[in-house]
Amino acid sequence: MDTMNVCCNQITPSNSKELHVLAVDDSNIDRKVIERLLKISSFKVTVVDSGSRALQYLGLEQESNSTHFDDLKVNLIITDYSMPGMTGFELLKKIKNSSTLKQIPVVIMSSENILTRIDRCLEEGAEDYLLKPVKLSDVTRLKDSILKTETTGIDQLQSCRIKRKRNDDWLPQPAPKFARL
Amino acid sequence: MEQNHTKRQIKVTRNSLFEQGYLDEQFSQLEDLQDEANPNFVKEIVTLFFSDSTRLIRNVENALESYPLDFCKLDDYMHQFMGSSSSIGAKKVKNECTQFQECCKAMNADGCIRAFQRVKQEHAVLKRKLEAYFQVSL
Repeated sequence: MDTMNVCCNQITPSNSKELHVLAVDDSNIDRKVIERLLKISSFKVTVVDSGSRALQYLGLEQESNSTHFDDLKVNLIITDYSMPGMTGFELLKKIKNSSTLKQIPVVIMSSENILTRIDRCLEEGAEDYLLKPVKLSDVTRLKDSILKTETTGIDQLQSCRIKRKRNDDWLPQPAPKFARL
Repeated sequence: MEQNHTKRQIKVTRNSLFEQGYLDEQFSQLEDLQDEANPNFVKEIVTLFFSDSTRLIRNVENALESYPLDFCKLDDYMHQFMGSSSSIGAKKVKNECTQFQECCKAMNADGCIRAFQRVKQEHAVLKRKLEAYFQVSL
């Protein structure tokens, strides 16, 4: 017996809206991967290939602050550190120095585990520093903390994160999972 | 019967790629991102990797022909190469890129040339193996 499927145009979970992430990376492979990681985690994603394009995009979204353009509003910026032209660090600084953009959390991604670099980024106001290759568990953790940030104080969470990041550096890397059978 | 044999063959090939150190955990991570809506995700990423890396190899070859060697530029190319190798879980290729970068930092021209031969070698081997695995030409 066939049941009738009622198609709902607006199936939105009652307790969350879709967060919009702007991802910045000069590597096309990494852009594709981060986009997939974010989409699978139910983020809405915009991907650009440079810091200047990111600022362009953010500049555009600044102009449209009315409720009609709510879907352009960026809730999180995730950027590669090493990029030609404007580095992720420079992009971070520009965002944190902008009165209109500084409230947007910025996460840095880097293949290099350099403690001084991590410290510098966190001190400049980065929300987190992810080691590449970025894993799904990193994105899930990020999503949880961004959702919490929206409801709790940002400063409180940031100081907790800085402490945790420092502690994490001293933990040995987990052994990679071997072949799946 | 034929289909089961092929499926088993694919599984065996995949496991050996991990056991022999050609691929690491990151490749599994990419496989986890594949689903019914995106069934070719891994193949797409791998295809992108090989078209990118072929270009980078050409750039490095050209750079290695200049005298004196521009170690900064070479290091930069290798950083990109290493980054994308790491992103797809190409373990051996990534390791050879790291060796190359060490030679750049030491400004060791002969070392760079030798290391690059090994990068190209591992790259070619991986390409062959992944083509067999995906049963397409990449």
